[in-house]
Amino acid sequence: MSVYDLPSQDGHFGPYGGIFVAETLISALDDLRKQYEFYRDDTDFKNEFAYELKHYVGRPSPIYHAKRWSEHLGGAQILLKREDLNHTGAHKVNNTIGQALLARRMGKKRVIAETGAGQHGVATATVAARYGMECVVYMGSEDVRRQATNVYRMKLLGATVIPVESGSKTLKDALNEAMRDWVTNVENTFYIIGTVAGPHPYPMMVRDFQSIIGIEAKRQMMEDFNRQPDALIACVGGGSNAIGLFYPYIDETAVRLIGVEAAGKGIDTNQHAATLTMGKPGVLHGNRTYLIQDEHGQIIETHSISAGLDYPGVGPEHAWLKDCGRAEYVAITDDEALQAFHALCRFEGIMPALESSHALAYAAKYAPTLPKDKLLLINLSGRGDKDMATVAQLSGLSL
Amino acid sequence: MPGFLDNIKSIFEFFGEQSNSNRVNRLSKVFSGLANKSRKALIPFITAGDPNPGVTVQLMHQLVKSGSDIIELGIPFSDPMADGPTIQRSSERALKYHVSLNDVLDMVAEFRKTDTHTPVVLMGYANPVEAMGHEAFAAKANQCGVDGILIVDYPPEESEGWVQCLETYHIDAIFLLSPTTPQARVEQVAKLAKGYVYYVSLKGVTGAAHLDLQDVKSMLSRLREHVSIPIGVGFGIRDGATAKAVADLADAVVVGSRIIEEIEKSTESELLENVGNLVTTLRVAIDGSDGTMQ
Repeated sequence: MSVYDLPSQDGHFGPYGGIFVAETLISALDDLRKQYEFYRDDTDFKNEFAYELKHYVGRPSPIYHAKRWSEHLGGAQILLKREDLNHTGAHKVNNTIGQALLARRMGKKRVIAETGAGQHGVATATVAARYGMECVVYMGSEDVRRQATNVYRMKLLGATVIPVESGSKTLKDALNEAMRDWVTNVENTFYIIGTVAGPHPYPMMVRDFQSIIGIEAKRQMMEDFNRQPDALIACVGGGSNAIGLFYPYIDETAVRLIGVEAAGKGIDTNQHAATLTMGKPGVLHGNRTYLIQDEHGQIIETHSISAGLDYPGVGPEHAWLKDCGRAEYVAITDDEALQAFHALCRFEGIMPALESSHALAYAAKYAPTLPKDKLLLINLSGRGDKDMATVAQLSGLSL
Repeated sequence: MPGFLDNIKSIFEFFGEQSNSNRVNRLSKVFSGLANKSRKALIPFITAGDPNPGVTVQLMHQLVKSGSDIIELGIPFSDPMADGPTIQRSSERALKYHVSLNDVLDMVAEFRKTDTHTPVVLMGYANPVEAMGHEAFAAKANQCGVDGILIVDYPPEESEGWVQCLETYHIDAIFLLSPTTPQARVEQVAKLAKGYVYYVSLKGVTGAAHLDLQDVKSMLSRLREHVSIPIGVGFGIRDGATAKAVADLADAVVVGSRIIEEIEKSTESELLENVGNLVTTLRVAIDGSDGTMQ
């Protein structure tokens, strides 16, 4: 059997990925790729990354057997990879540390980032404070309004948050604006992209930094359960937590890989963010991938209860894993995710992020169809404290 | 029967040659015509459908009447990453009317009914072209009288099939060069580029403020080592003085955001006149630079 070795040298995952950017960014991306390819094999770099993950983030994150919820569901055992226990409360920081260490070695003193809900913005502001870098975060003005707490968090950490007023005033527009900043300030600025999308080498680089999730899981499964799980389940917006878990398992073909997208108010409505389920291939934000678009190729606004999944594209590696059949992608509605959110609170005393609640909701559907000796490993990619206001509002309360 | 088929074939070839020779020559004809008179090309950019779809073809004719040599026509896109706020707003105005790539091509066809000589170059982003399909796009663009196309987010390394498809339909693939383009890459781009190359003279997005002429000058001499087709310079050209300064250095001056600003601040009744006056000012300034019009 052939060993999975994508992307190709020029950044393609089958027909997906690539470098679809204006000429002004080409040399910056080329430089980034060369530097990354050097440092990923550099012992000092690897040691520093490992040290930071252990002492600053608090890794390894444990695998937790959700016994009470599993019993209630009455089928397969639910295991949770606890990325919610990381410093800053989500998997995002694994990647921002990796990119910040690289930025430092490249002599860049200023980092920029785009953010939707603010999780990646917070993770970037955090590492910028940690390494003494200037930090500018672009955030759609609509999201600034909806996520006031995270905006304040970023400011406390010393970052400048710039509200983006163009387009739909959400994540995709923040990404456009961050790209524009990078084009203009490319000499002193490092653009920390938050997910496995964008032009090569970002999808590869972010995957590599996030793959610590799957590397740990593989080892922990043997230690704790003496076998690998039957399926991995993770939510997919851009797809960085999912690819982080899936990647080390791609060649383990006995393990099913299941990505869960946001079906919003239903995939038969126009208010969802189920890119792989409902979109079609195109080019946006520097890569070829599945996109939610109209018949003329204009990008359509998406909807999800969870801001982190509310994105019209998806990482190109997921597009490829779907097409080649190695991974499966399903969609979960706002309501289903919300039910899973409450279930985990009540059965396990864990408040999951609304993003991760999509993965939990699919597990809740799937587990009862399986015998009790099957193991499902769900990536609990973030904690839900940030979502309390959203959940309260949906229950008719205001905090 | 072979004779019959041969006849058909030669009829097709006859028409093919006809349309192709018109098409292939429109851009190079303009540039060689200007070179003979030691003049430089003025290339304004407008977004198709801005401020509304009804006015675009009139605006194109107005651009020509006021002294433009080539028209760059923007294809509206929801996420114009490489453009600044001014051109993004123009896209947003056009998209309010749901102006599609198909509509843009229809506008070019309409323009061609009365103007068969002014080259039209489309500019835009990859996804509308991907949604239509390369082949379908190129075939229709050829029919409608499009001369060239620049897709901002198709750099040469992702353009192999695209360039071949354009070649088949005799449409020039225009490419960008930038201050950050290394010399080896200039050579690579020069091999693929047709019509003219577009040197973006600032690091940044369209509509940015300043322009370093000394930089442009040294960069252009570096580019000319490999690029034998005309070089247009765009980004940062705000008025007659900057247009004239750039025309002294390059073969063509591209003006985008400044024209869009004029469209933005004009009422519908004064739109054509205001844009016309601006283009005339630029034309006079540019022609003044080589002394022939002074």
